[in-house]
Amino acid sequence: MDDPGRAAGGSGRPGSGPTGSGPARSRRRRAVGSRLAPVLFLLPAAVLFVLFLLIPIGYAILLSLHGQRVRGGLLGRRTEVWVGLDNYRAALADPELWHSLVRLVIYGLLVVPIMLGLALAFALMLDVPTARLRRFSRIAIFLPYAVPGVIATMLWGFLYLPGVSPIRYAAEHLNLPPPNFFGVHSIFGAVANVAIWGGVGFNMIVLYTSLRAVPSELYDAARVDGCGEWQIATRIKIPLLVPAIVMTTVFSLIATLQVFNEPMTLRPLTNLIPSTWMPLMKIYRDAFIAGDVYSAAATSVVLALATLLLSLGFLRLLQRRAFAEER
Amino acid sequence: MRRRTSLVKTALAAVLGAVLVAGCSSSSDTGDSAAPKQSAETGPVTLTFWAWAPNIDKVVAIWNKQHPEIHVTLSTQSQGDTLVTKLLTADKAGNPPDLAQAEYQALPTLVTGGVAADLTAYTGPIKSQFTDSAWQLVSFGGKTYAVPQDYGPMMLFYRADLFTRFGLTVPKTWDEFAAAARTLRAKDPKRYLTTFSAGDPGWFAGLAEQAGASWWSIDGEKWKVDIAGEPSRKVASFWGGLVNSGVLQGQPMYTPQWNKAMNDGTLLAWPSAVWGPAVLAGIAPDTKGKWAMAPLPQWTAGEQKTGLWGGSSTAVMAKSKHQDAAAKFAVWLNTDPTAVDALVTQGSLYPAVTAGQSTPALTKAPDFMPNQPDFYQTAKQISGTAAAVTWGPDVNVTYTSYRDAFGKAIQAKSDFATALSTMQSATVADMKKLGFDLAGG
Repeated sequence: MDDPGRAAGGSGRPGSGPTGSGPARSRRRRAVGSRLAPVLFLLPAAVLFVLFLLIPIGYAILLSLHGQRVRGGLLGRRTEVWVGLDNYRAALADPELWHSLVRLVIYGLLVVPIMLGLALAFALMLDVPTARLRRFSRIAIFLPYAVPGVIATMLWGFLYLPGVSPIRYAAEHLNLPPPNFFGVHSIFGAVANVAIWGGVGFNMIVLYTSLRAVPSELYDAARVDGCGEWQIATRIKIPLLVPAIVMTTVFSLIATLQVFNEPMTLRPLTNLIPSTWMPLMKIYRDAFIAGDVYSAAATSVVLALATLLLSLGFLRLLQRRAFAEER
Repeated sequence: MRRRTSLVKTALAAVLGAVLVAGCSSSSDTGDSAAPKQSAETGPVTLTFWAWAPNIDKVVAIWNKQHPEIHVTLSTQSQGDTLVTKLLTADKAGNPPDLAQAEYQALPTLVTGGVAADLTAYTGPIKSQFTDSAWQLVSFGGKTYAVPQDYGPMMLFYRADLFTRFGLTVPKTWDEFAAAARTLRAKDPKRYLTTFSAGDPGWFAGLAEQAGASWWSIDGEKWKVDIAGEPSRKVASFWGGLVNSGVLQGQPMYTPQWNKAMNDGTLLAWPSAVWGPAVLAGIAPDTKGKWAMAPLPQWTAGEQKTGLWGGSSTAVMAKSKHQDAAAKFAVWLNTDPTAVDALVTQGSLYPAVTAGQSTPALTKAPDFMPNQPDFYQTAKQISGTAAAVTWGPDVNVTYTSYRDAFGKAIQAKSDFATALSTMQSATVADMKKLGFDLAGG
């Protein structure tokens, strides 16, 4: 991690021996080769990074400083003009953006703790020595992650729509109060459910893999000291898992800030989701439905900066815990 | 080691610099000219056509057989508003199709975006084959940008068998419609006469047109926006009263739930347009032969007015490299008797071209409604009463605002007329931001 030369597997340090014929010349050739190797290994990734991340981001920032105006009367052509920071001012002053950020916070508070809590619980349960059907359970919990987001949402849409929902059908026949998934407050739970259902599996695998890396001598020592399974889980496993938990939390936060698939796909089915329900939906509406890429670019830059600040802040807060092992 | 890392850094900087320079030098230009730009066509030409009309591939196949030198490749990308979004994006990327099916309300958006080509030179000879109101839908400022394909006058579809069962008569006025809705709810609390959809702005626009609303109009060189005017408010309050008191359903159309409700008789009526039978055949196959059609209920007894819902045209894209050939195909598709006949029989479209409205295929009932042999005679009569419509340059903004505002009104059980005011302010704000001249400030 701290010596790129070693990581790139260079053939050895450049020799500082005397110049001359034979062995010295081949040592020099080895030296040049080992200096070029890291560059060549990094080149494809660097090119892709520049082409598909840096350039589009730069272009988006460029777009955000422009706007479109109509020239030429009734149905004049839309032309690009420079507007400076107007788009940013408009974006930050837009009440719809702030409403969608509030909804995002509510959604995030639902999704992140529940998803990671469930992932942690499943990982711990799978790690207990007496667990049965381990492989089947792992696959079953991971399977929802393999379903593409839009298809998963449509699937859940069928389960939510009262007219076609088997859940409602079962509730009515069992004389239970039928659940209303499309209520003013329950809509958050309905959308969050789809994300949680899809995300638990991936996070569980990450945490489970971290758990498997814990040396079993620790458990033996704990059992000798008289710990039961529950105490092993809370006193040993969870503290050792903190770096992995922090990492999955950061990833989940970033994914939650970009929620788009689930509400967009559920939108045609219900009256409760406006086109600006979440920030990324607002950006999509501005860019592609209203045809105003420019203000959408400004809003997306604002959202990206917010994501960056949030994740960096979170990591800075837990810096010592997260990277304790690396010190 | 210091030398090694600085070498890596230099290499990265060089790559970054090179690619940035390359990226900056290719700037995008949005002011493309729409003038036809090719000389004589030599050799076989391939055109791409984005359309979604049912079975239009069969009509395209007829052309391909008759014209081997101009081959048209059909691509069903998406429908309606989504297709407009795709066209705008593809045009910006520089690779739009040659032709596209454009709904009438989307044309001004395509024209201001510089996406649709000016077809005036090619359409002069065929103008007389269309009614003035149909031609008005594709012409702006003296130029024509598309060829009208089909026409969507609105009419009422209802379950004749269920109306008999519940003792309902076909409503001739909206007051009678409300009374029938209440009677049905009293007799069977599980059924509704129909639903009010917050997801179909075109549907509501047609109903408002019937009441005399004119959402956009042209005043010299200025636009006049009147979405929250009196006729629209009348329509909104009428439906709002019924939905908020539970007499009518408030769920969106075109969902699995709506399909099921139409199929199993939970909904008894559907204010729709002349292309309704084709949709019903797809979503409610069990009810073939049970639906009947009547003119829409009127606001004043004895009147005969209706609005338009849907209907599209064929436009040629400004960045197409074969505008001559594309225009030729567009004209053929919508005026040639063989093509129009195929559009009617295969696609259940109601043609906009006047001669097409008396084509032999329209003398018998549509497949899905064999119980109404005079369907198209009635339809032709209704279509003559349709209002003339002008669409504004940012209909997409209005439509999105409709979905949000009416969705909220239904959920909060609030006044539907306030939703109209929201739509009005959103539309006016967007047009002002773009720099359009608005009459009345």
